[in-house]
Amino acid sequence: MTKTITLAQGNGGEENNELIKKVFYKAFKNEILERSEDAAVIGNLAMTTDSFTVSPLFFAGADIGKLAVCGTCNDLAMMGAQPKYLTCSVIIEEGFEVESLERIVESMRSELSINGAVVVSGDTKVVPKGSVDKIFINTTGLGEIVQAGISSNNVSEEDVILINRDIGCHGATIFAAREGIEMSSSLKSDCNSLYPQVKALIDAGIRITAMRDATRGGVAAVLNEWARQSNVCIEVEEDKIPISDEVKGICEMLGFEATALANEGTFVLAVKKEDAQRAVEVLQSFEVCAMASVVGGVSQKYPQKVILKSPWGTSRFLETPNGELLPRIC
Amino acid sequence: MGLELKNLYDDFRDADTIKAYAKIIAEDAKKLTHPINIMEVCGGHTHTIMKYGVLQLLPSSIRFVHGPGCPVCIMPKERIDHAYVLSRQPNVILVTLGDMIKVPGSNGSLQDARSKGADVRFVYSPLDCLKIAQENPDKTVIFFAIGFETTTPMTAALLDTVIAQNIPNILLHVNHVTVPAPMRALISDEACIIDAFLGPSHVSVISGSKIYEEFPRDWHKPVVVSGFEPVDVMQSISMIVKQFIEGRCELEVEYKRAVTREGNLKAQALNDKYFRQVDFRWRGLGDIPQSGMGLRDEYDRYNAEKIYDAILPKEEINDHKLCICGDILKGKASPPQCSIFGTACKPSTPVGSCMVSSEGACSAYYKYGNLV
Ligand code: SF4
Ligand code: SF4
Repeated sequence: MTKTITLAQGNGGEENNELIKKVFYKAFKNEILERSEDAAVIGNLAMTTDSFTVSPLFFAGADIGKLAVCGTCNDLAMMGAQPKYLTCSVIIEEGFEVESLERIVESMRSELSINGAVVVSGDTKVVPKGSVDKIFINTTGLGEIVQAGISSNNVSEEDVILINRDIGCHGATIFAAREGIEMSSSLKSDCNSLYPQVKALIDAGIRITAMRDATRGGVAAVLNEWARQSNVCIEVEEDKIPISDEVKGICEMLGFEATALANEGTFVLAVKKEDAQRAVEVLQSFEVCAMASVVGGVSQKYPQKVILKSPWGTSRFLETPNGELLPRIC
Repeated sequence: MGLELKNLYDDFRDADTIKAYAKIIAEDAKKLTHPINIMEVCGGHTHTIMKYGVLQLLPSSIRFVHGPGCPVCIMPKERIDHAYVLSRQPNVILVTLGDMIKVPGSNGSLQDARSKGADVRFVYSPLDCLKIAQENPDKTVIFFAIGFETTTPMTAALLDTVIAQNIPNILLHVNHVTVPAPMRALISDEACIIDAFLGPSHVSVISGSKIYEEFPRDWHKPVVVSGFEPVDVMQSISMIVKQFIEGRCELEVEYKRAVTREGNLKAQALNDKYFRQVDFRWRGLGDIPQSGMGLRDEYDRYNAEKIYDAILPKEEINDHKLCICGDILKGKASPPQCSIFGTACKPSTPVGSCMVSSEGACSAYYKYGNLV
């Protein structure tokens, strides 16, 4: 590991994992933490925490406030839990406009109501100009488990892999906004609360093995984590992965892979084979999930690896993204 | 810009077309009297070949030799050290393109410099420096320019604007290189095993296909100027194979949709105005005469290399003893032959620069190559 922290260590990919393992897991070692789930399961409760920093603060489809509620609620939802109680702690840079703060808090409020959750405790710190980039928000969430036993350690050959919607919108939107790439298109972040979708799946009796929202590190990181944690090989058909033309366009321009882009309302599911078709139907009943699709299956071909198969019959490994996402040179 | 990019690539990733080419190549290859080694000069092609599994579609008589084709891969350490030293100067903002900030120099990479407090930024286009300079009038913006013929005109355009608008706080550190020079150097080598070249299309969009005319004529090596999509590459391979079975040796253009013989004359004129050919030391390949593009002397006052001459390290630094990047860039070895490939050297801890650039041969093999 490097001597000083680099940006790459916060990318949700390989370097990030290394940092967590070598520094935090080493010190905090315990059974619950080591399961490496989206949220810790304590009895019939799920608990998780996340900090949010994003630039710009407001972007197509969402803002940092919506992100801070969705992110934490979604981690709970991914464990089959209904989000109930959140804490909210903010670090604000001196000079920040109150009006922006109000907008952010308002969008937190409206997202909380979609989840049926409330903020029950909080904290505010103001720091001198330059100490943080405008505003950082931390949220911690407590949820009540509705369906137990969902775990990314249990994926098996009886499962198929699904994705709830088109991938990469959030990452592509942020890049476009940051780099001032003007778009004549409708590209916007997928930032969205996932509990309603999860609830619909549970209500329909879908047997869910694992779920994980594909945030930093994208779909590629999730699939690789599952392959490793469950000791299986995940085989994915490249042309089944839903990607919008706008995201494809951004990826072409900047030399990115959509599977490595961050999402805020996109999740990967492993469900029992027989339930796959019905799961797709349930998801597609949500407007944003029109492109929900089965993308692949599970085998023992190369345990702990993810294989990406092209429509012309070739295949390659899909690796966990590493490094900072940087655009290609030309 | 409107995002109508879809039509640009859609047809060029068509599964049926790719499979059809695979069939044609397999049939034609049966008539070959000996295996052919094709060098893809540009890392962009290496990337396509690995990412789309092109090798899995080809008979064993068609082989690839990965060329020197990435300005990141071939940047000698001492020049990365220049960037590092410059970035650590007070009141300097060092700006460069993408992958460059990950390449380790002898003190670390620009990314490391940044984690120690240096202001290092990457941009999509050199012209983005203008905005940075305007927003930071009390700082000096140094653009560490890299790239082949494709990116040189954009650096020229930056300097053109700096001069026209009299912008006081932008300097350039120029590291542009050309494609034909290393090709020439490679085939002059006795041990050269290259039978044909795949020329990068984007370079020829600027410089024209004419830059490769000497290769079939004087060196008896066919060249096909190829686009970067899998269909482009398959079609180009097929064109090369056909030349061999028909006993031809020519320069052909597969990427007819944007490449002409003459290229973009306006861009070439802009290059000529500001740059002249200079000798350049390539990582792994050593000195190649007249292979770089340096700022003309008239523009010394914009040349960071001259202005900061006193503090820039001069000594040449070679790669780690075990690293065989040099042989890889020459087409003499392939990445898995390196004893530390995938162990001590991987994308998160690169030892040589072939592993650093996402388009470098070692990185491409590491990421995609292990299934082949
Ligand atoms: S940077 Fe450009 S010229 Fe270099 S390898 Fe990549 S695509 Fe080719
Ligand atoms: S694997 Fe690493 S050390 Fe070996 S040749 Fe490639 S870049 Fe150099």
